[in-house]
Amino acid sequence: MKNDGGNLLSEILRGEETDLLAEWLKHQMSAAGMAGRISEEDLREKSRTFLRGFTEATQHGNFTDIDAPEWEKVREVLAEVSKIGARQGLSPAQTATFVFSLKQPLFSRIAVKTTDAGTLAAQLWNLTTLVDQLGLRTTELHQKGREEVINRQQRDILELSTPVVKLWDGIVALPLIGALDSERTQVVMETLLEQIVANSALIAIIDITGVPTVDTLVAQHLLKAVAAARLMGAECIISGIRPQIAQTMVHLGVELHEVVTKASLADAFAVALKRTHRKVMSDRAVEAPRV
Amino acid sequence: MTGQRIPILRFGAHLLVSIQVDIDDQMAVQLQDDLSMAIVRAGARGVMIDISALDVVDSFIGRILGTIAATSRILDAETVVAGMQPSVAITLVELGLSFKGVRTALNVERGMDLLRAIEREGTTDVDDA
Repeated sequence: MKNDGGNLLSEILRGEETDLLAEWLKHQMSAAGMAGRISEEDLREKSRTFLRGFTEATQHGNFTDIDAPEWEKVREVLAEVSKIGARQGLSPAQTATFVFSLKQPLFSRIAVKTTDAGTLAAQLWNLTTLVDQLGLRTTELHQKGREEVINRQQRDILELSTPVVKLWDGIVALPLIGALDSERTQVVMETLLEQIVANSALIAIIDITGVPTVDTLVAQHLLKAVAAARLMGAECIISGIRPQIAQTMVHLGVELHEVVTKASLADAFAVALKRTHRKVMSDRAVEAPRV
Repeated sequence: MTGQRIPILRFGAHLLVSIQVDIDDQMAVQLQDDLSMAIVRAGARGVMIDISALDVVDSFIGRILGTIAATSRILDAETVVAGMQPSVAITLVELGLSFKGVRTALNVERGMDLLRAIEREGTTDVDDA
């Protein structure tokens, strides 16, 4: 029975390839999936390669195991399509439409070829398991593609988000933005220490205005950075502690021992100037307000 | 390599220890003995330990460094550890060694300034003029 179904499907694929391709493409175009994201020629090319691989693979009579070597070509096309889908921001469903839209053209052709209800059911079952497997594979690959994108972006953020700025001779500032985790703290700490050496800094201001929450772990990370900077001969000031965060820290019992903390970066900068024996002065005498 | 010693140099009321070679456990212990003796003999007011050439530390060396610094401190010599490399600083912090009561400086020059400032006015401020 299974073999029969296979033969019939192979026959259709061999005999009506061009016709089938055209109809499949039409379905894809109307389904708002890949269409519009890649050029029509490109889609046609991918579909043709897929169909050819599909035809070849079905000649072997293997309708269940798409991990077998004869499905290699099909898997390659699916990987490409999924990658494009993931990059272009398509949903998994939209990407899987590429495969699923092949169902209808094939179903209708099988229905034409046979009139026996039993054969028809068996063949449709074969085909549907196969296409479903391919569809699931597409979704899986799509997911993997998305994960790759996310990982790359995480790495980019890590590099982008740790600038050390020089405020004055011997004074550097590190404005932190975003959540602090151990991995990021490591990068932050390394950059800070390198910049302390590069700028011969005496004072480093760590500004946490952009850090959304400070829990015990984040505080611990901060203290580590402070301790490391101190070992290098630079003093650290932590600034930009918002009122809510100060409250949370007290609630959690987080204590920033022996670290100078200031509410704003300006305050911290003033302290830093004082520590390095500098003063900011207005070059004009302040006029007394008139009454 | 056994028997090699880290030289302890004297300048004014201060002592300078410059670790320019890969220090092993034996040398570290030897240095600890030598330095405490030298401080007492010279009546040193300040000790500077230059570790700028040290780019790898393990927990033992880290601890010995801390002990050396703490010992000098008890013998009434202000201790300045100068020129620590970033990688060493990170390692020490991860090991939980924070060199409490020891002063640090970015390089030997800064360390000198620091010692002079301490000597002059007994404050922690660095004269950066």
